[in-house]
Amino acid sequence: MQVNHTKKLVTNLKQGTIIRGKWNGTKYQVIQKLGEGACGVVYLCERNGVQAALKIGTDSSRIITEVNVLKTFQKVQGKRLGPSLLDVDDWVTPAGIIFPYYVMEYLRGTELASFLRGKGKEWLGVMMLQLLTDLEELHNQGWVFGDLKTDNLLVTTPPPQLRLIDVGGTTQTGRAIKEYTEFYDRGYWQRGSRKADPSYDLFALTMVMLEIAYGSRFERGTHPRQTLEKKLQQASLLKPYRLLIQKVWTGGYTHSREMKNDLSSMLNSPSKYKAAEMKNTRVSRRREAEKTSFASAESVVIFITVILFYILYSIVAW
Amino acid sequence: MKKGTLKQILLLTDGCSNQGEDPVAVAALANNQGITVNVIGVLDDHQSEQPDGLEEVEAIAMSGGGVSQIVYQKALSQTVQMVTKQAMTQTLQGVVNQELKQILGEKQTFEELPPDKRGEVMEVVEDLGETCDLEVLVLVDTSASMTPKLSTVKEALFDLSLSLNARSGNNRFSIFCFPNKTKPIQKLMDWTPELDGISKVFPKLASGGITPTGPALKEAMYQFGKKSLFGSMKHASKPYEETGY
Repeated sequence: MQVNHTKKLVTNLKQGTIIRGKWNGTKYQVIQKLGEGACGVVYLCERNGVQAALKIGTDSSRIITEVNVLKTFQKVQGKRLGPSLLDVDDWVTPAGIIFPYYVMEYLRGTELASFLRGKGKEWLGVMMLQLLTDLEELHNQGWVFGDLKTDNLLVTTPPPQLRLIDVGGTTQTGRAIKEYTEFYDRGYWQRGSRKADPSYDLFALTMVMLEIAYGSRFERGTHPRQTLEKKLQQASLLKPYRLLIQKVWTGGYTHSREMKNDLSSMLNSPSKYKAAEMKNTRVSRRREAEKTSFASAESVVIFITVILFYILYSIVAW
Repeated sequence: MKKGTLKQILLLTDGCSNQGEDPVAVAALANNQGITVNVIGVLDDHQSEQPDGLEEVEAIAMSGGGVSQIVYQKALSQTVQMVTKQAMTQTLQGVVNQELKQILGEKQTFEELPPDKRGEVMEVVEDLGETCDLEVLVLVDTSASMTPKLSTVKEALFDLSLSLNARSGNNRFSIFCFPNKTKPIQKLMDWTPELDGISKVFPKLASGGITPTGPALKEAMYQFGKKSLFGSMKHASKPYEETGY
């Protein structure tokens, strides 16, 4: 009860509220609420005329965990993953309650679904390619994004660039996924474990594609695997990506790079791209298997007929 | 820090206790013995969010040092794993806080450390959470009103083992239910590292009317001592990495 009560104090901060840091003394003025996550509320705020996003919460450990992840990302040279971290501090309210917060770069953008609305089909592929490029970078650093979902994707313009936001689920490779959302979780769909490995993110990426195709999330039903397969077959938007997605589901990719390469060659020459070109897919293997088993069945039948004739012949002869 | 095993009781119920000792008091006792009590109140899909009788859910968890949540069946799976993990972090942080107090003085807690120091401490807590051993005793209220929810409960427990078995630390689960005609709790599944055998465990019969949550919790506490020798000998002496403080 107490926790809920104190949480309410920061879920609706009024415009103009001044948040002053206990440790660094920096002042931020609240402009408006941007969103609310599992462990905190994000506000657009301003400091010396510069806008920034400030995430404030009640659970110090979760806020700090996210800060730790953001810090690791800052150390990466070259491409920046996620928003950059600007400040970490505590706010002591006039009533004496302490709220931990951190301040990050404010990314102005649109949600992926609304960005794609009214655009050509090719844009989905392009966005996914950008996402795979970021994931590859992340995976190379030994991290898995974890809670990959449409809510955590933002398209900034110009030029259109897909960005990952909210690093709350980001987990070191090999550990248990920190945070996930059922619809995007391969464990929920009975397609694997919740251990952080690159293919965990790739599965979530295919679910982002399905969600875009249907305009909403859907239930898993009593047979999750079949539901997924059916949904994929029925999504006309995803027709060109079917084999790619199935390859993810059957564990065909262990690295984001492999999937990125397949997707990019597919986008570069869509006309030449045929099912047969994608090697190692289960589908083609299964077809071969069917062929061989059919052949062996045939020879068994012939063999039995010959024996029958022989027996018949020996009985008659006898 | 020596490697320890976190002990948790996860109580799944949909109503208020009405027989025997006060479960809030029993939870305090359990907490005192190093067992965390988490409680999840399961709502019917048509129930309002603040039903009568479920205030107890929060009270039991609070005195049991654990986490509580009241949810609709639909959200049960995600809640069960979240509550369990949250309670683990909470317990580990409590342990770390104790250490901090011993080193830095009575007033120094995690929340009062400067942010960068807090970040370092949190890394340690996270490492512990990933590697520590965990024992979860699941205590399911199988009184009449819970019966239609049991298939969801089963799903949620299977999901819990999926989440926890993704950690590097070892897990052990056991499942008990109550009420029972002759004893406070009935064992449905002995300590085991996986929960995938749970499809058959819930009994069909349900005695109506009584919900002796207190006595059930008390009996559940005693189950932590009783474990198969084999299980407790395995991985017995793997100390935590040096934590640096």
